[in-house]
Amino acid sequence: MTTAPDPGPGFAIPNWVKATVLTLGSIAVTMLGLLFITFIIGRVMPIDPVLAIVGERASQATYDAVYRELGLDQPLLVQFLYYIWDVVRGDFGTSLLNARPVSEDIARVFPATLELATLGVIFGIVLGVPLGVVAAVRRGSWIDQVARVVALVGYSMPIFWLGLMGLLIFYGILGWVGGPGRLDIFYEDIVPTRTGMILIDSAIAGDWSVFRNAFSHIILPASLLGYYSLAYISRMTRSFMLEQLSAEYITTARVKGMSERAVIWRHAFRNIRVQLVTVIALSYANLLEGSVLTEIIFSWPGIGSYITTALLSADMNAVLGGTVVVGLIFILLNILSDLLYRVFDPRAK
Amino acid sequence: MNAFNKLLTSAAFGLTVLAMAAPATWAETPPNMLVIANRIDDITTLDPAESFEFAGSDVSRNVYGKLVNFDPMDLEAGYQPDLAESWTVSEDGRTITFTMREGVTFHSGNPVRAEDAEFSLRRAVILNKTPAFILTQFGFTPENVEETIVADGNTLTITTDKRYATSFVLNCLTATIGGIVDKELVMANEKDGDLGNEWLKTNSAGSGAYQLTSWKPNESVTLTSNPDFYLGAPAMERVVVRHVLESASQRLLLERGDIDIARNLNPEDVAGAREAEGVVIAEELKGRLMYASFNQSHPELSKPEVRQAMKYLVDYEGMQNAFLNGQYTIHQNFLPQTYLGAVDQNPFSLDVEKAKALLAEAGVEGMEIEVGVREAQERIEIAQSLQNTFAQAGITLNITVGTAKQILGRYRARELDMYLGAWGPDYPDPQTNAGTFAYNPDNSDAAQATGLLAWRNGWDTGGLTEKVEAAVIESDTEARATMYADIQAQFQETSPFIIMFQQIEQSALRDNVTNFSTGQAITNASYWQVTK
Repeated sequence: MTTAPDPGPGFAIPNWVKATVLTLGSIAVTMLGLLFITFIIGRVMPIDPVLAIVGERASQATYDAVYRELGLDQPLLVQFLYYIWDVVRGDFGTSLLNARPVSEDIARVFPATLELATLGVIFGIVLGVPLGVVAAVRRGSWIDQVARVVALVGYSMPIFWLGLMGLLIFYGILGWVGGPGRLDIFYEDIVPTRTGMILIDSAIAGDWSVFRNAFSHIILPASLLGYYSLAYISRMTRSFMLEQLSAEYITTARVKGMSERAVIWRHAFRNIRVQLVTVIALSYANLLEGSVLTEIIFSWPGIGSYITTALLSADMNAVLGGTVVVGLIFILLNILSDLLYRVFDPRAK
Repeated sequence: MNAFNKLLTSAAFGLTVLAMAAPATWAETPPNMLVIANRIDDITTLDPAESFEFAGSDVSRNVYGKLVNFDPMDLEAGYQPDLAESWTVSEDGRTITFTMREGVTFHSGNPVRAEDAEFSLRRAVILNKTPAFILTQFGFTPENVEETIVADGNTLTITTDKRYATSFVLNCLTATIGGIVDKELVMANEKDGDLGNEWLKTNSAGSGAYQLTSWKPNESVTLTSNPDFYLGAPAMERVVVRHVLESASQRLLLERGDIDIARNLNPEDVAGAREAEGVVIAEELKGRLMYASFNQSHPELSKPEVRQAMKYLVDYEGMQNAFLNGQYTIHQNFLPQTYLGAVDQNPFSLDVEKAKALLAEAGVEGMEIEVGVREAQERIEIAQSLQNTFAQAGITLNITVGTAKQILGRYRARELDMYLGAWGPDYPDPQTNAGTFAYNPDNSDAAQATGLLAWRNGWDTGGLTEKVEAAVIESDTEARATMYADIQAQFQETSPFIIMFQQIEQSALRDNVTNFSTGQAITNASYWQVTK
């Protein structure tokens, strides 16, 4: 009887290869699911892309011709396969209404949202994390109560109302910030577009008057979005910290005579970083998908208002393109938070 | 420093940054610049052969000259010479010969020639985009344009398939599709035989008061003045139309002086802006009509007395003074005010007793009907008002609200008992509305004339079709106006349409802005006559 030769350690598939394959496989399956769902929703929604193109006065013959031109007479499966093939090649098609490539439109609007969301989430982290930690450390104190009220208001106040009030007070009455839009009219088209993010483009160009103006416009909507993200981040931070602060190793550290600062920041906080990464990534992803109402109130030409306008205009290529990009953002942020787990948690390496 | 102190420090730093970012706003816009807040997300193309939306037509009116055009300072005068200095009409009424104005140039510096006009009109017919019907209704086809639209030296001759009223043809040439493009420049940008369509979607090649500098979809349109404009260089050297969706944001921008004109204020913001210092409200009648109609295949709704009764079951005044305040005015016929032949007679008002008597005469004692309404706030509110007043006469109105696909689909398939909606004219001639409300040459299902409102409601027009055909070939403009007045008198009495309201556009302007015109019902906004 012979036995199979032992492949030996040299034949084992390295862990990182397995992990990469698994990650790529899960991305592919998630993307396929996302494409399938968005495609089906796009087809069953009670909006008519043909009518949007030909107008309500068109004859039946014109309507039928455009219907065929869009490939809507093909079986759903065929339409879906064509759609996947196009997306794989990075082609989201052209906007049904303005005949511009959807990818170009998205490349134009996404940096506006990226700039706003990034500033918003920075605001949320910088204020939300310390507030959550302090609220947990001084549980039941007036600071904890204030933090709770701040979070409650953030959760419950309609963003539409808060945005309008913010505009009225800080722009309309006080004149501290710029009004709706990314820039005053007089500053538009002054600096060349490189990243599409005006703060960065103006900094690269060294044009600080444009930078200052752009900052005056972005600060209010970013603070508003940041406030919402602050509410979420601070409550979650407080909850994670409370769990850690009641753990035995904290008591031990205190008994050993460690300073309170060291106990809180070097021990307790250190252990909530992994959970915080998830919370922050989710919060960032929510902001990146575009806060539609914020973008409408502040006339911010971002991806949220782009998708909404496309939806209302029955421009399904644009809607699907935008949705796929938003889905991709979620997936990428998931991967990023996975990578950060490995940095913060040695057990995950 | 403990954690709380750190937090306070961070907050203080944030507030300082906020304060430093402060007053970057201007007290008012520069004197040579016009800044307008408007909803421009309907722009899909800026090619005059293709553009058919409000915001795109506003751009086109300021960028492209036409053979004939409207003077924004005297819209009541009707069409006037523009790039064509004069014209003559042949005896058979089929051929119009235009003599081009000398010395006019395009923005590129190329001279405006009859050849450019020939190219522009032929191109619009050949491309056959959505608004092409405005020209092809005169018998122009891609196959015959070489014979029917011909330039010769400094003249352009167009020959229609039959005799039409000259005013009808010329009114149609004032539409956006009549814009004259720079042949040399457009053809230099032609791709795959598209006659420059792709390029012209986002660029301009006109001779008008302004040149397109940029169009950022859903963001802004920027125009720069043409110093060589043949009527004189415009006072406003730069015009920026900024997309601001929200009414309250438009109002704030206006009151802060960051814009000169806000074009989409809701009634509450109009009322607020009216009180603001340095702001005035301007009102102009637009062409959009709000109407309801009844399917004539319905056994009860097709009775003349019932049609008449329905017109007395509408609370016109109540709606006008309540939720439509300032946005719509009562108007009860298919030609909007300011159109040739428009009449100003509104004989119907809410009279439940009279309606009941008419219903009794028709032998109708209560009925249940379904009305289809698209999901727009004002339409739903009108439907609810009708539901209330119809109920007073024993008619149960079931409201079905849906998207354009759901409601228009059923309306076009003649499936609704009743439809409530809006209609806007396509070009500034009475035929645009007469040809759909009162014209239906074949009422059979097989005709599938889904573009005609009369057909959609299964109404054979009771002889009005022939009268509309006669009016459209009447050369004498005054006689033509009288013919439309006659048609409308019969229409008002016998049709299954309840025309209820005509739209008013309310614009809020800084008080230093003068001569701004949205173009009333017949044309679009123009900026070249504006001063500050």
